[in-house]
Order: sequence, then structure tokens, then C-alpha cells
Amino acid sequence: MKKGTETAVMLKPISKSHFLKNRTLWLMIAPTLVYFLIFCYLPMAGIWLAFTKFNFRQGFFRSPFVGLKNFEFLFKSGIMAILLKNTVLYNLAFLIGGNVAQMVCAVFLSDLKNKRFVKVSQNVIFLPYFISWVLVGLFSYALFNVDNGVINSMLRALGLNSYNFYLKPGSWPPIIVFFQIWKGLGYGSVIYLSVITGIEQDIYESARIDGATKWQQVRYVTLPMIKPTFILLVMFNLGSILKGQFQLFYQIIGNNGILFNATDIIDTYVYRSLMVNFDIGMGSAAGVFQSVFGCILVLSVNAIVKRVNKDLALF
Amino acid sequence: MKSRNHVRDDKGSRSFAIIGYTVMTIVTIISFVPFWLMLTASISDEMDVLTKGFSLIPRKLSFAAYKSIFGGFQQLLRSYGVTIFVTAVGTVISLLLTSMTGYVLMRQDFKARNKVSFFIYFTSLFSGGVIPIYILYVKYLQLKNSIWALILPCILSPWNIFLMRNYMKSIPYSLVDAATIDGANDWQTYIRVIMPLCKAGLATVGLFVALTFWNDWYHASLYVTKESLYPLQYLLHRMLSNAEYMRQAAASGALVEEMAAPSETLKMATAIVVTGPILLLYPFIQKYFVKGIMVGSIKG
Repeated sequence: MKKGTETAVMLKPISKSHFLKNRTLWLMIAPTLVYFLIFCYLPMAGIWLAFTKFNFRQGFFRSPFVGLKNFEFLFKSGIMAILLKNTVLYNLAFLIGGNVAQMVCAVFLSDLKNKRFVKVSQNVIFLPYFISWVLVGLFSYALFNVDNGVINSMLRALGLNSYNFYLKPGSWPPIIVFFQIWKGLGYGSVIYLSVITGIEQDIYESARIDGATKWQQVRYVTLPMIKPTFILLVMFNLGSILKGQFQLFYQIIGNNGILFNATDIIDTYVYRSLMVNFDIGMGSAAGVFQSVFGCILVLSVNAIVKRVNKDLALF
Repeated sequence: MKSRNHVRDDKGSRSFAIIGYTVMTIVTIISFVPFWLMLTASISDEMDVLTKGFSLIPRKLSFAAYKSIFGGFQQLLRSYGVTIFVTAVGTVISLLLTSMTGYVLMRQDFKARNKVSFFIYFTSLFSGGVIPIYILYVKYLQLKNSIWALILPCILSPWNIFLMRNYMKSIPYSLVDAATIDGANDWQTYIRVIMPLCKAGLATVGLFVALTFWNDWYHASLYVTKESLYPLQYLLHRMLSNAEYMRQAAASGALVEEMAAPSETLKMATAIVVTGPILLLYPFIQKYFVKGIMVGSIKG
């Protein structure tokens, strides 16, 4: 009923009298509307750049038009295939690995009896969320560099040969996934913790009376209760699976070309074409592909969720 | 019967507790080790680190890194100023705009609120991308090497706006009606009724925004080339990515002890100094973030 009237309101244009009556409110929200108009909607016109051979001298309007050439190059050269593969696979690993780790932490934290331990543990796990990605890059360097990194000095202390991570592309996917999970663990487990603390104690009580062990309670009560949250989080993050974690990749890998095969994602490619290679047209093409297909993905996921359960849909 | 039940339950809880404490102890240590490493490395002797590598327990204590930071590192002070200015000004503007927007969107007599919400929300679904925004800032707004290029990009986000609106929605709406009946206009209701009642919301959104500003190096890497405008995180980034940078700093006399410019330990000490305020404030602000995540994860 309520949903119906809301859609009806959506369809009606904003009338003049309504505008006049609420002019103070419109005035209050005007800066925000102007902000989004200038900094978000205006740049959308920049999609045009993907179809040009842009140069700063001729600017946005007069750079030569090249049609689909940029896209053609990206796909034929195989660059796009690598970027897409990396972006999607990394995001899947972040998504599954991250959520599983967060759920495990939330399940244990919600049920361990020593409240002091729980508090300390929760605070420490949340700490990495607060630091900048630059620091994450520094940590990664301190752990893995060949000259004085912790891992390599340990290897040498054990009399083993040192291992130069920065020359081996294959060693980086696990490291990158590790740091992403590490940084988001506290944040995500707070979400799951809030769901678990919301579960009625009566359910556990009756499970206990029925003779369920602690593990069975987790398996048959807690996990089913947090499953909807898990599915929801995974679904909506699936929608943004083309959006890369630029800061993570750039701070850990930087412009180290040796590792690009295993570590280059769409966002790092776009950034390099803007700041390093000055290949605006090509970077824009990769960016446009990401934006358009990303948006289509979110919309489709939302449509599917809406069909399954209307209340869970985002819009 | 009862005792058997008790024993079985107890058994399950014990293995649960053992595994739970073990797993969480390991996770906690892993979360903390890099911070510890940063601290110990910053007070280690440079030669020792260079020859034997970073270690979790400092083999030879030395405060040379801190000495050279505070001895004459003008740039660090300057960057502190930039970051504090950007964070303070940005957070104030952001809170003002975000709270006004949240207030308008929670007003039930504002009939366009669904349309406006979608106008804001759509920007998180689709974007023109990094490059067009870069060209807008640099070529058309002429903001290269302007402090505003560090403030403007992080002022408003759909997520913060909806977080604020959710906080405001938890205030009983009858208070707005009552204020209107008492003759308060829209501004008065916003300032006298809503703002005092959503202090927790303002604190939470304010801290999220402040953290974003404090940790931002990305926009500086796009828009800033003048060293006098480097914010802290970008300064650290340059230091890490650029060995050249250290040599320049030494050559220009920025470092007091040019002879043994402690590069590895200096990196760590700088990281500590750059992150210090967050680590010090962390125990006090952490609860607001927890609250914010819970309110934010409720769909609205």
C-alpha cells in the first residue's frame, strides 16, 4: 500500500506550488544538489572521451574523434582480458574470503565468556580499518622486501635462501587478498555481530534443552540466522565486482611492471593511463566499460533480489 | 538424564571455547603485528636494520629517526598543517551540508524526497570515472595545486547522507510537527530541534568524514605537485615510493644528520608520526564507528 503511493509520487512531476511552499527546504538542499550535479553528473559527459584521441591542448571539445578504436585496441591487444580477469577474481576472493573471516570472528566474539578478552580482541581487529592505505603499503614492504623484510630475515636466520617477492608475480594475489581481508575484518564483523546479538536468547535456550552442543547451536541457530545478511552482502557486492580497490593495489604494487600480469586491475590501468602514460582516450575507454557494465550489473542484481524478496531490494 | 545432558553441553562448550580463544588470539595478533613492527622498527638502529632486517624485538635501540624528524623536517610540520586544515574545514562543511540534506530528506512534507534521494543515490551506481573528473578539476575548474582540490572531492557522499538521514529518522517526528505548530520555521526546527537531538549522528558522520580526509593521499596524488601542499599521507607515500626524495631532502639540508640519513627507520618513524593522532584518539572514537556501521547497515 505504502510502496504504491510512493511510486505514484515518483511519477508525478514536482508542481510549482509545492516548490514555493517548500522553498526553504529546497534552499537547504540546493548546495548538495549543485554539488552532485557538478562533481558527479557533469563528468558523466566525459564518457565522450573514450571515443576520442584526447590531448590537453585541444581539450574536451576539439580532440579528434576515433569511434570505437580505443575499445578495439583494448580488446584485441588482450589488455582488457587480463584487467577483467584480475578485477573479477580479486573481488570474488575479497568477497568470499572477507565475509567468511568476518562471520567466524563474529561467531566467536559473540560467544566467548571472557568479556575483557572479547573487548580487547574486537578493538585490535578494528584498528586496521582506521589507517591509510599508504601505511598498508609500508607494512607490506616491511614484511616482504628482499633486503630487510621480516619474512626474508627470518628465512636467512633459518639458513634458507631469501625469496624476492617483488620479482615473482605469483606470490602477490594471496598477499593482496590477505591485506584486504585484514583491513576490513573489524568493520565487517561489527555488522555480523550486530545481527548475532539481535538473535533471541530463547532460541538458544530451547536448542540447549533439546540437547544441542555449542557447535550444533552455531550450526543450526547462529549460521542460519546470519545467512540472510551474508547473502545480502554478497549479492550487492557482486554488483560492484568490476569496481577495483585502487588504493590497495596501488599502494602495495605501485608501478612495478613486472607484477602487472597478476596484479593489474581496471582502476590501476586507468590511473596509469592518466598520470603515467598520458593515454587519456585508452584509459577513458577502460573506465567507461567498467562504469557501464558495473551499473548494468547492480541494476540486474537488484532486479533479481526484488523478484525474490521485495523488502531486501536496494531501490 | 540431566547430568548426561550437562556433560555433553559442557564438552561442546569446552572445545568451542578452546578453538574460539585460539583462533581469536591468532587473529588479534595478526591484526596487531604490523603496528608493533612499525613501532619497534622506528626505534631501531638503522645499520642493524640494514644488515639484519626488521625484527619484532629491537636488537639495538636508537631514536635517531625521531631526532631527524623533529630536528629540522620543516616539510613534516607543513604537511601537518595542510592535513589539519583540510580535515577541519572539510569536516565542518561536510557536516553542515550532510545534516541539512538529511533533515530535508527526513521531512515528510517534502514531497520530492524520493526523487532527490534517487538523484543522490544514482551517483553511487554510475560515474563518469576518474579521468573526466580529473579533467573537470584541472582544466575547467583550474584547481591544480589548490587546497580545494583536496577538500571538495570528499565533502559529500551518498552513504553519509543516508546515514545521517537514518539517524534523524529515529527522532520522533511528532517533535517536528510540534515545533511547526509552535510557529517555528524550517530553519528553526533544523537548528533548535533536530541538531541538538542528533549529536551522536553528527559525531559519527563527522568522524567518518574526518577519517577520510586524514587518510587521503589519492586526491593529492592527482591534483598536487607543490610540496607546500602535500598532506601527511601523500608525504609518506612520496617518501616510500621515491628513494630520490630522500636524497633531495638530504641535499637541501632538510635532514640534520645527512651522513647517516636513516631511511628505513625514518620511514617507520614518519609513519608513526603521521598516524599518531588516529592511534591516540582511537580508544575514544571507536564506539561511534561501531554505532555508525550498525545504523548504516539498516536499509532506509
